[in-house]
Amino acid sequence: MKKLRLNRKHLCIPYSVFLLCFVVAPLLVIIFYAFTNGEGKFSIDNLVGFFTSPNTIGTLFYSLCIAIVTTIVCLLIAYPIAYILARSKIKYKSTVVLIFVIPMWINFTLRITALKEILTIIEGNLAFHPFLNTIIGMTYDFLPFMILPMYTTLLKLDNSLLEAASDLGASPVKTFIKVSLPLSLPGIISGIVMVFLPSMTNYVVLDMLYNSTYIMGSLIGSYFSAYDWHNGSMIALILLIIILVFTLFTNKYEEDDHTGRGGVKI
Amino acid sequence: MSQSNENKIIELNNISKIFEDGFSAVSNFNLSIQKGEFVTFLGPSGCGKTTTLRMIAGFELPSEGQILLDGKDISKLPPNKRPINTVFQRYALFPHLNVFENIAFGLKLKKLPKEEINKRVKKALEIVDLEDFEKRKIQTLSGGQQQRIAIARAIVNEPEILLLDEPLGALDLKMRKEMQIELKNMHERLGITFIYVTHDQEEALTMSDKIVVMSEGKIQQIGTPEDIYNEPKNAFVADFIGESNVFGGVMTDKLKVRFCGYDFECLDDVEKGTMIDAVVRPEDIIITTPEDGMIQGEVISVIFKGVHYEITIISGKNEIVVQSTKKTEIGTKVGLIIEPDGIHVMLAENTINRIETAIDRHYKLEFLDGKLNCDLTKVIQGAGFNEEGTLIDAHGDEIDTDKLKVIVSIKPEDITMSDNEETGIICGHIISLIYKGDHYSYVVRTDEDIDIVVDDEYLWNMDDYVSLVIKEESIQYSIKK
Repeated sequence: MKKLRLNRKHLCIPYSVFLLCFVVAPLLVIIFYAFTNGEGKFSIDNLVGFFTSPNTIGTLFYSLCIAIVTTIVCLLIAYPIAYILARSKIKYKSTVVLIFVIPMWINFTLRITALKEILTIIEGNLAFHPFLNTIIGMTYDFLPFMILPMYTTLLKLDNSLLEAASDLGASPVKTFIKVSLPLSLPGIISGIVMVFLPSMTNYVVLDMLYNSTYIMGSLIGSYFSAYDWHNGSMIALILLIIILVFTLFTNKYEEDDHTGRGGVKI
Repeated sequence: MSQSNENKIIELNNISKIFEDGFSAVSNFNLSIQKGEFVTFLGPSGCGKTTTLRMIAGFELPSEGQILLDGKDISKLPPNKRPINTVFQRYALFPHLNVFENIAFGLKLKKLPKEEINKRVKKALEIVDLEDFEKRKIQTLSGGQQQRIAIARAIVNEPEILLLDEPLGALDLKMRKEMQIELKNMHERLGITFIYVTHDQEEALTMSDKIVVMSEGKIQQIGTPEDIYNEPKNAFVADFIGESNVFGGVMTDKLKVRFCGYDFECLDDVEKGTMIDAVVRPEDIIITTPEDGMIQGEVISVIFKGVHYEITIISGKNEIVVQSTKKTEIGTKVGLIIEPDGIHVMLAENTINRIETAIDRHYKLEFLDGKLNCDLTKVIQGAGFNEEGTLIDAHGDEIDTDKLKVIVSIKPEDITMSDNEETGIICGHIISLIYKGDHYSYVVRTDEDIDIVVDDEYLWNMDDYVSLVIKEESIQYSIKK
């Protein structure tokens, strides 16, 4: 009889089981529902339905639009902050970074409720500016995710490279364009990935801001709450594919960055 | 090389640099460099050599003084406006650009035509012997190759001056030796002025036309490698450049110097009775039998160094290091001969500590917070106190002590060191240590930033925090004229 011996290979069993139960199986379930109809028969009606209904297509483009604007706004606000924090010689640098990160630790509901109250005071009725409010809410929520990866990359930016550029005749503006910016690209991409994807789906922000705007997340939510698993799954699948394509695209720019996109630390 | 002509390319006039935290990195630096010269700033780490280089490059602005390039003041010019390029210590190559793009960086900024850029990059790569490396990524290059690319990136711009900040520091010994020769050849071929920074004395001696020895932000000596080696100006230079024995001594007659208990003949004409430091290189001491020797001693250690043996001999209280090709056994009694041309006499410096201090309202010295008992009536001739306790001169007029400065003089041998902070009256860190045959000469930088020379027969370590015990009665006071 062969003795049962535990070697290193067996250590991956628990992980495989986990993967199977919580990643592969649910994914298969989603695919199954996406391609079946109410009677449990194979069908591509859901797929066709998604791309032919002006309602769903409109929501997709609206979501993309919100995600793009949110990402750009976050980028424009976060880059200067991250740059100043990382490059300046201020004494309590990590404390200042902490101030930007602390909102992340406060309960999401509380944060958005507070924002809602403030916006109500300013605007009177939140229903007047649905798009603006969405952008404000998303930016407020996702800004730290944009700042942190950029801050980490900029912190590692070797000062002697900037000196070398200037030594070779580059003005401060040229040094920024030719050295600082390209070298902080991995951080920028990490930030974009971390902001762009959630802002396509995070409809809770909108709900809490009494917003009638519909984004992809809201669409899935409304199908699921109406027990229409088939259409909901199809949209989820489509989103998954969009995200997959997007990630493959950004990965190309990240090959030199050894921190990876998880490089979030203070 | 055009060393003799008076074609100054760069002049540093009275340059000082004090950093924001109050640290004085460079003070009163005066130097002029001629076109095409290979000048080396040599000194231990923290001596201000890199700071000086950075001021020439424009990364630091001098707190005082002027930097003239071809007669024009460039002190305030940003680095990108100076016709000077730098080879950085850790190369500082752009990791997001390939070899070609790195070298072409400066040329592209100048908006040169494409063919011109291609031609010049190719030529620069030829000079550093890395043809066909254009497309390579920086990360795939070895340290030595990166170094060459860094040099190519700098020289491709045809700068008037090339600055090199310890460029070989990160390379292994063999590579370093090769690059030294290559850099020297490159310098001769290109005719560009090189300013080189290193802490490696051998590197400096091998490559330079002119060496600037620095210590604690000040120039110790400027000269050719031969001058610096053979005629060191002070004990620091002698100790830093090559192996050397430094002995404290005195001139006993014309061309006669006494140290280690013997009157040696020497070639340096110094006034009789002067306190001096005598430098003797280990290779200039000849070992012989005790009867034939000028001084006698016993061998206490023998170390094989490849070409020669390094033999340490104790003679009386003095330790003497000798290099010899012949092996000697430990414990052997030997005699030593030093020829007149092997002795270099330097005026002993810092034999007395002179500390200038102001007088406060209570007629106490500000130095040491008034802890010193200085009787001003004995220091200022004819002075005394009147009934109100005011200091008056011989005519009875009040003396304005604001304008007076007292010089406190303390001999190094009157100070002893202790590691108990309570015992002494002042504390500080040891920042320099030179062995002088029978004792160590230390420089202690006090917490108030005053440097005090201390002679002590016991060995302390660099950076030790010590307390200085000074005998009150041995302190001399005088008024600054």
